[in-house]
Amino acid sequence: MTTSTGPFIAAIDQGTTSSRCIVFDRDGRIVSVDQKEHEQIFPKPGWVEHDATEIWTNVQEVVAGAISKAGITAADVKAVGITNQRETTVMWDKNTGEPVHNALVWQDTRTDGLCKELGRNVGQDRFRRETGLPLASYFSGPKVRWLLDNVEGLRERAEAGDILFGTMDTWVIWNLTGGVNGGKHVTDVTNASRTLLMNLHELAWDERILQSIDIPAAVLPEIRSSAEVYGEVKDGVLAGVPVASALGDQQAALFGQTCFAEGEAKSTYGTGTFMLMNTGDKIINSYSGLLTTVGYQIGDQKPVYALEGSIAVTGSLVQWMRDQMGMIKTAAEIETLASSVDDNGGAYFVPAFSGLFAPYWRSDARGVIAGLTRYVTRAHIARAVLEATAWQTREITDAMTKDSGVELSALKVDGGMTSNNLLMQTLSDFLDAPVVRPMVAETTCLGAAYAAGLAVGFWPDTDALRANWRRAAEWTPRMPADQRDREYKNWLKAVERTMGWIDEEDHS
Amino acid sequence: MARNIQSLERAAAMLRLLAGGERRLGLSDVASALGLAKGTAHGILRTLQAEGFVEQDQASGRYQLGAELLRLGNSYLDVHELRARALVWTDDLARASGESVYVGVLHQQGVLIMHHVFRPDDSRQVLEVGAMQPLHSTALGKVLSAYDPVAHSEAVEAERQPFTGATVTDLAGFEAVLDLTRARGWASDVEETWEGLASVAAPIHDRRRMPVGAVAVAGAVERVCGAPGEVRSELVAAVRDCARAVSRDLGAGRF
Repeated sequence: MTTSTGPFIAAIDQGTTSSRCIVFDRDGRIVSVDQKEHEQIFPKPGWVEHDATEIWTNVQEVVAGAISKAGITAADVKAVGITNQRETTVMWDKNTGEPVHNALVWQDTRTDGLCKELGRNVGQDRFRRETGLPLASYFSGPKVRWLLDNVEGLRERAEAGDILFGTMDTWVIWNLTGGVNGGKHVTDVTNASRTLLMNLHELAWDERILQSIDIPAAVLPEIRSSAEVYGEVKDGVLAGVPVASALGDQQAALFGQTCFAEGEAKSTYGTGTFMLMNTGDKIINSYSGLLTTVGYQIGDQKPVYALEGSIAVTGSLVQWMRDQMGMIKTAAEIETLASSVDDNGGAYFVPAFSGLFAPYWRSDARGVIAGLTRYVTRAHIARAVLEATAWQTREITDAMTKDSGVELSALKVDGGMTSNNLLMQTLSDFLDAPVVRPMVAETTCLGAAYAAGLAVGFWPDTDALRANWRRAAEWTPRMPADQRDREYKNWLKAVERTMGWIDEEDHS
Repeated sequence: MARNIQSLERAAAMLRLLAGGERRLGLSDVASALGLAKGTAHGILRTLQAEGFVEQDQASGRYQLGAELLRLGNSYLDVHELRARALVWTDDLARASGESVYVGVLHQQGVLIMHHVFRPDDSRQVLEVGAMQPLHSTALGKVLSAYDPVAHSEAVEAERQPFTGATVTDLAGFEAVLDLTRARGWASDVEETWEGLASVAAPIHDRRRMPVGAVAVAGAVERVCGAPGEVRSELVAAVRDCARAVSRDLGAGRF
């Protein structure tokens, strides 16, 4: 038996619904956790905001909570790392530390119109070559522009150099390192790669894009690597501890899953699903609707790039079966119901609830259940629900293979849905590749801890981190190839049926 | 025919009355509807309230059906819910013990493995979810037989096959093993099912202390046992901690 002894690394996960702090030991085991939710503010349909001041208060509380639960002091903590909800945008006065407006959350769609306008005659791929991203409302740049346009007097104050912009990593680091008393105004390459303002090739703010979107360079943080000491914690229980990493949440999970080699990929199954594949030092321009992004950069080493595909509806489809359809009482019961039959009975469920995303990008699509006959029962539908998640993952991996030329050797999975054994087996069957679950479920926080630990020499190199990685379960393909091909064809047929449902004039 | 118990009949009538509509009823409504003295009606209502079958509205003092009645109808714990709740704790148990971890439930005449965490040594291992193990010889099976009366009767009625020289097959000996299991709260299997393998298991209970499954650590006998035939006490403690943590999680579960 082993018990944890110091020293330790702390990781702060500033997420969409809550802030958490986890303390890890040298083996990457969780020593203590503290978590606090913050308010989701919905001023109008489609608008989502967070109170950045509340978030900073919560971060301080969960850090104190986790350290006290672990029964340790700052002296036992070698570094603190940050991971965060990506793209969420806050601007504040550098002299007072007060936010000038609530933070605009990544889900907020108020910049839809602005993005269309910025696309001009080129369309949403206007900045794709430089940034790897389409012009979409998720990303930070247009959110900054919205604030500059809509908060009275903000543009003048910004141009005078009194205003700072940041994603949540920047906000947390600035406050941790002293705030108005010398706080460091920095971001890391992964977070900067989600702003639509950073040039992927140079890892620097792109002046031409700044001009196009009309954002003064004075508000921007300095872009740094994902694993280096940005400064020291000024106050509180961690005073004096180096702040040594920052990674967007999905990139942190890639790091925590130790996907350090080209072609290694992880998929996080939550409400939605995010899959990232390490593409090494190659910036792969996607022709299949994937995003090109920075995976991580360790200190002064070369950056590692990644392809990213997201699926909007996965876990939320199971929730929909529970809450809207009432076919199950708990999310876990979907597996019981689905296991009561041997196959989908010919039914296919394409949950294009708000259109099809990668690799199709069809906003005129809506969900369908195809292949219904009198034979089909709710158990077959339950099976089709799980298969929908697996097929959508297959579509993303196909797109990644097409863009990168790299075949997926194995998929590392995390997130709540990995407790669903039938889903994991189905995933392996449909991908025709092993699916592997690691022993630590908290890969996001672990990634931030790993990066911080590397920066201060707590771990010597990524090989040491790989040695920490433990396989908790592995599913291997059992489906005959001809059956897989036949089923995939049926799925693609069902996908086709979703398209064109919304007429052009219904579009908003 | 034997006489029925009057107070139970009255309690049943009260539940039917309260189930009659959305309304809440006061003590005097209940008493007069059933032709009971107020004191008698109050005694029965108070007992039902203590069992959770009836709830009293704080503000009005009126009575309504309690949440426990709903739970009776939904009492079956989904095994996949059990896996979802067990996931974090069993990962940690595997990591701390360095051995494989299994969660088993009673299924027909045996133990169904519904969750399996690999031994954390990076060796090739095969997921054993869905496999069946015997009730009378494995640590999981003994725990289930000791705590779950249905598992107990299955194990007693079945033929108890000797898998190794150490398997306990005679009824008296088996019952003695179960008594010991209940007395100390855990069971072991030292080469009683497979030569060279040992395991230790503890029961998982739900919110009403019903046994819903068992968690076990299993590995090579020389690692699991300190002295010959004796499982290491720190492993026993770790398995019991894990079982308690999962049980606590199930107790805190929402309905």
